[in-house]
Amino acid sequence: MSSDSTSFSPVIAGSALGSNAAAPATPKNVAHRGGALNPTVDAIRAQFAGAVLRADVVWGETTVVVDRARVHDVIRWLHDDPSQAYNYLSDVTAVEFRDLEQPIEVVWHLRSLPYRRFIRLKVLIEKGTPMDVPSVWDIYKGADWLERECYDMFGITFRGHPDLRRLLMWEQYKEGYPLRKDFPLRGRFSRSEQLRQALAANPEARYSKEELSIADAFEDLPADMRRRLDTGERTGE
Amino acid sequence: MGLSPRPEPNFTELSGDEPWITTKLDAFVNWGRKNSLWPMPFGTACCAIEFMAAAASKYDIARFGMERQAFSPRQADLLICAGRVPFKLAPVLRRIWQQMPQPKWCISMGACASTGGMFDNYAVVQGIDSIIPVDVYVPGCPPRPEGLLYGIMMLQRKVGNERMSDKSLRNEMEPDPSSQLYIPPSVIDEISEPFGNSVHQTRSGL
Ligand code: SF4
Repeated sequence: MSSDSTSFSPVIAGSALGSNAAAPATPKNVAHRGGALNPTVDAIRAQFAGAVLRADVVWGETTVVVDRARVHDVIRWLHDDPSQAYNYLSDVTAVEFRDLEQPIEVVWHLRSLPYRRFIRLKVLIEKGTPMDVPSVWDIYKGADWLERECYDMFGITFRGHPDLRRLLMWEQYKEGYPLRKDFPLRGRFSRSEQLRQALAANPEARYSKEELSIADAFEDLPADMRRRLDTGERTGE
Repeated sequence: MGLSPRPEPNFTELSGDEPWITTKLDAFVNWGRKNSLWPMPFGTACCAIEFMAAAASKYDIARFGMERQAFSPRQADLLICAGRVPFKLAPVLRRIWQQMPQPKWCISMGACASTGGMFDNYAVVQGIDSIIPVDVYVPGCPPRPEGLLYGIMMLQRKVGNERMSDKSLRNEMEPDPSSQLYIPPSVIDEISEPFGNSVHQTRSGL
């Protein structure tokens, strides 16, 4: 990818398939399990020996379980290599299972627009091991909020993320990670305590100048707001 | 009523055939207030869609004097909270209510705004009456526009019966400075107790 932000080359879906490729069509009668493996899996196997722990096809989509230590290299290669060109990260999320012995999975959904391919990468985090995986923010800038959401909901730390804060819950939220299985549906605190903590937050002070995109208009703001933003004050608890 | 004789009004300016009426000041002021409410929609979810239907031409809340929707709390006297309010939005709703000048009223539209509705979970306020005072609750998920109109007419009746001499109606509600709550924590816990199916859903899976 060129770092020159002025040059822009449109991505044309299917452009790498050649002119006599079949027109895209909605697949019919897809089997639940089994079917053709995405050819990318063999390419990963060839490139990173031993990095692929498991690969299956479910509902026609390929899922690859990758070695935790090498997932960043794999994704970097999938993105950069012209024979793969996975240039779109559509989701980063995690799965925890009801069976608490089962490891937590961190999931990346990658899409290659030029080759019209989809692949799902997974990393298993065994219970009791530190919950951190490398951030792919340096490869896909769009991973920023996806990883923040995943951190917010599951407590997974993305190493190398530039600004890993809660996204959906407020920053000072103290009850834990809502999508974890040990999280009670109604939260850990009583309703009055939850409300007290929520109301203690100052809705204006939570954002930095940059987030409000008002850095230019900063001088025109009221003095008290300027002071709050300047000191980076984050009120609430 | 006092028995002292009223001063004779000077009607010499009025010619004999101009119509005039006498009424109570309360009735006159309330008549003006209730027929020119300026609603501020605080629409956060699906109920807001139904509010839009109520505001659009078919149901047309302008017929009830709400010609002007205010999208700034500072020029509104009726807050219509349409939709669920998550905890993260609670301080915002409180701030908007405090920005509205007196006299002001509030309609809580729909099950979610009134009780948390089906969202009996970690993220949703169980009834906005724990944040701001509410005058009329409109039930339904979502309420039909007729339901909202009925709620508005109930509010108009309430406004019509207010007395200007009762200053307590216009008291600004001051939350307790340490906890920011304006009703006791035990009351909040009580009104947000789980009920119905959700009693069994305290823990997910474990
Ligand atoms: S009461 Fe029903 S329609 Fe209204 S916000 Fe809640 S879920 Fe949506």
